[in-house]
Amino acid sequence: MPDATGLELIAQQLEGAADVGAGAVLDTIYFRNQATLAVDPKRIVAVLEHLRSSGYRFLASVHGSDYYPEEPRLGVHYELLDMQRVDRIGVRVRLHTDAPELDSVTPHWPTADHPEREVYDMFGVIFRGHPNLTRILMPEDYEGHPQRRDFPIGGEPVLFTYNDYRHLGSPE
Amino acid sequence: MSVSSDYRKGEDGIVLGPVSQQLAEQAEDWGGGRETQELLTLNLGPHHPATHGVLRLVVTLQGEVVREVKPIIGYVHTGIEKTAEDKAYWKVIPVVERMDYLSYYFNSMAYCGAVETLLEVEVPKRAQYLRVIHLELNRIASHLLWLGTGVLDLGAITPFFYCLRERDMILDLFEQSSGQRMHTRYFQVGGVIEDVPAGWEAKLREFLKAMPAGADQYGKLVSANEIVLQRLRGTCAVDAQTLLDLGVTGPLLRAAGVPWDLRKASPYCSYDDFDFKIPVGTVGDNYDRFAVRLAEIYESVKIIEQALDGLPEGPHITTDRKVALPPRHELATSMEALIHHFKLVTEGFRVPPGEAYFPIESARGELGCFVRSDGSSKPARVHMRDPSFVNLQALSAMCEGSYLADLIAAVAMLDPILGGIDR
Repeated sequence: MPDATGLELIAQQLEGAADVGAGAVLDTIYFRNQATLAVDPKRIVAVLEHLRSSGYRFLASVHGSDYYPEEPRLGVHYELLDMQRVDRIGVRVRLHTDAPELDSVTPHWPTADHPEREVYDMFGVIFRGHPNLTRILMPEDYEGHPQRRDFPIGGEPVLFTYNDYRHLGSPE
Repeated sequence: MSVSSDYRKGEDGIVLGPVSQQLAEQAEDWGGGRETQELLTLNLGPHHPATHGVLRLVVTLQGEVVREVKPIIGYVHTGIEKTAEDKAYWKVIPVVERMDYLSYYFNSMAYCGAVETLLEVEVPKRAQYLRVIHLELNRIASHLLWLGTGVLDLGAITPFFYCLRERDMILDLFEQSSGQRMHTRYFQVGGVIEDVPAGWEAKLREFLKAMPAGADQYGKLVSANEIVLQRLRGTCAVDAQTLLDLGVTGPLLRAAGVPWDLRKASPYCSYDDFDFKIPVGTVGDNYDRFAVRLAEIYESVKIIEQALDGLPEGPHITTDRKVALPPRHELATSMEALIHHFKLVTEGFRVPPGEAYFPIESARGELGCFVRSDGSSKPARVHMRDPSFVNLQALSAMCEGSYLADLIAAVAMLDPILGGIDR
């Protein structure tokens, strides 16, 4: 893990880099020895590419989260790993629910394919440029994004055989 | 059987080459009259004995050669992550254990580790050693079941029965230490639920003596078998860089020659106290994947022996009463203990707001748990980076351009656990 100073240095470097540009890093979070960069959603691809060139070559994980009731509500986290220095850094973007669109990093990081589909499925974040952005865990015809915090638990009836109207012997 | 072997070369009409090019040519060749040029879409699963659960694969075949594999998952999605958001932190442990149902100790370790990071709780040394012993036992149990079912897919029935023999010894140990054979809920935030009972150590030593002998037997039984060798050696090899790009970790990556193991690279839970080696493969074919896992069983036995010999005295769970339940005898005498007990059981502990990602090396690769806390006694988000979920992406890289029979072998050696993939 880069320490707090190291994280600031990485943030400065990103701001100064030609391919990323000033204003890309919105915040730096150093919490429990874990370093996270909060970045501008528009520049996520550039930021990750720059971090890759500085050694973080392995994208360990992509996860979504819902910060309800805070705004912007949705968050997408990227966990990067430098296997040479055994160093991890998190990158986080926040998105509003009215237009949750983000550039996909799958063309650059093939590993992001399944995780991005999962974030789309569960939170409704639309990844522009993803080769096959379809639901992955929920059924194709499912409506809604169940991991959002305002999606109720138990909000839909469980379809057992006895309450399936097509079942023989039911009143219908 | 490898694609390049003489027998396969003898088959007429199957042109092996890069996939995309083949598919492009296929458009022109469609209906061209040669049966082997036609594409056949075959639906494998979700109910298929060789798919280890409910994995569905839509396979495009040209003759017998796999041109495209699309894994379709979600059949055992049970919304565990959503369920976890509605439970107090300590009540989440049993539900996350049910994600990857063969590596329950790893699931709870990743989750407890993330919560401990957020709480900044110090885990006592004895608890860490007990965790290591159980984690490694779980790794062996998981590998044994993989070995049994894996070679079962290749047609070998006998090893399956033998592998369950040692696995049963492990489950007996789990039952003795925690009361449950699977999904034991033994790990708690801050340590383990209780110390191992009397007689457990002797039983564990018995197992440690039996296991290497058993592993020798499986090694001989399987890796000296001509049919297994024909089907594993040289099939579905993927180079290390492709695997890294696809995010593959664990035995699959090590089989390709990358000695990446989080137990060594960034030791958690006192793994740096133990002396063990990381088995690596050379070419990254199915045989290497098999050999790496078999070798890992011996290393796990070594770790358990060292942990058992060096098991320190002391508490088995943190003495922080805000996090861990007070011991039973204190409840009768101490008002404060009673209050803590009541608060913990009714509301649970509160966790300072923040986010933590805690990666560990599970039997299948990097298992990371992301926990976001909003300051309440329930997690605002629990997400598992399940290794099977990510590793499954490598299936098409492994199988495209090889034979359908090799696809079955590749799935067997990939060791996907659908409970972990779908969560």
